Amino acid sequence: MHEFLHPIRFLKTVGRVFFAFLGATGKLAIFTFTSLMHALTPPYYPRLIGQQMISVGYFSLPVVGLTAVFTGMVLALQSYTGFSRFSAESAIPNVVVLSITRELGPVLAGLMVAGRVGAAMAAEIGTMRVTEQIDALVTLSTNPQKYLVAPRLIAGLAMLPLLVLVGDIIGVFGGYIVSVYKLGFNPSTYIINTWNFFQVDDLVSGLIKASVFGFIVTLLGCYNGFYSKGGAQGVGAATTMAVVSASILILCSDYFLTELLFTK
Amino acid sequence: MTSSTPKIEVRDLHKAFGPKEVLTGLNLDVGVGESVVVIGGSGTGKSVLIKCIIGLLKPDSGSIRIDGVETIGMRGKDREEVLKKFGMLFQGAALFDSINVWQNVAFALIQSQGMDHNKAKGIALEKMAQVGLGPEVGELSPAELSGGMQKRVGLARAIATQPQIIFFDEPTTGLDPIMGDVINDLIVESVRDLGATALSITHDMASARKIADRIAMIYEGKIIWAGPVREIDSSGSDHVDQFINGRAEGPIKMAVRG
Repeated sequence: MHEFLHPIRFLKTVGRVFFAFLGATGKLAIFTFTSLMHALTPPYYPRLIGQQMISVGYFSLPVVGLTAVFTGMVLALQSYTGFSRFSAESAIPNVVVLSITRELGPVLAGLMVAGRVGAAMAAEIGTMRVTEQIDALVTLSTNPQKYLVAPRLIAGLAMLPLLVLVGDIIGVFGGYIVSVYKLGFNPSTYIINTWNFFQVDDLVSGLIKASVFGFIVTLLGCYNGFYSKGGAQGVGAATTMAVVSASILILCSDYFLTELLFTK
Repeated sequence: MTSSTPKIEVRDLHKAFGPKEVLTGLNLDVGVGESVVVIGGSGTGKSVLIKCIIGLLKPDSGSIRIDGVETIGMRGKDREEVLKKFGMLFQGAALFDSINVWQNVAFALIQSQGMDHNKAKGIALEKMAQVGLGPEVGELSPAELSGGMQKRVGLARAIATQPQIIFFDEPTTGLDPIMGDVINDLIVESVRDLGATALSITHDMASARKIADRIAMIYEGKIIWAGPVREIDSSGSDHVDQFINGRAEGPIKMAVRG
């Protein structure tokens, strides 16, 4: 029998992995709780919060905007291919606005921000960890979680919905461009149909999702950076882990949020 | 607190990382206004000792008293109050690269003491002048500085809040001998001007001889010898003799793969 298949060894391995998972989950839960407490209690760092808002929000606009416009364009094109088979082309504005506001806007913005901002946060905080800058903060009577993590969490929570709102508008505009200039839709009819199909609830649910995704991205970026070790390699691993774990958690939480927000 | 109470009192300190025991019952006293240098080879627990005292690492057992007050297990406001007594110069200076030099020096004044920016900048430039840096350096980014200049900025940051206790972690590592001596002089001067208690760790004997009132040697997680700096050459300890003379042969065996 292969050594790994020995029942006791196998159980030991499963147990070790299980306890490691529980340990990691507990560590992340404590980090989340203490970071939230630090975000809610003074002292606050308004200048740092402002800087992070600009970094998370303003500087992510190009990447989120580009993603949104092409997503809207592809959505219109693909929907046309499908719907034209049973003469339902008029549903394209509906599909575009519904898909963008409910689902694609927040999810794609979350994933793009995870790649751009989550990675940058993990790399920056990770480098601060391995160069003892986080230890230096402690010796200067400054709580690192309050100074480094809380402003980023607040920025993520606040800015992702704004980014998604802009992304939604750009995405719908992408669908409009393709529908009007390539597929021959009447511009005013397209806009009227879009407006008629548009529901505030869809938009709000997307923005709630965006806020949760912003929290996930910044939390995991900070967490992985904060506990990185082992020099440049450790920082690289933390950065990868931040992006991968945030992306997976965004997709998982998207399902549960959708169920929570739309299942009646 | 009586006058005989040490500023820092470490008793039976233990710290292990997994199966590796780094500190194995370490005892050390540092008197008020005294400068003690802990020497020892790489991996003997020097940095772990300093990090335990300052609270960056939690010891497994033992006692650490600052001004007679137990600090192990201290949290929240009490911990913050104790931390205000400390300043520290890190081995790699650990300057914050997202802010410029004067903001680094003034960091604790602004963030911890809530001092006005202009006033804090004035103090920062004054401290920088004390370590031989002109005001023009204040606007530079830490990445634009040489290793020696970074150490000076780190020293200026460590003394900016006029701490009662200053830790120096390998202050001359990575510097040429002349710059190392300049840093040693600045350390002696700064500690004397502040009347502070200093605890340094180094394996640079020239530095130890220059900045120490007393030297303690750490080996296998314990202090195996401590005494005035003038007695280091006649310590009677084979371990100390081997270390200060930099001999490969002797009771200290380095882990070298052959």
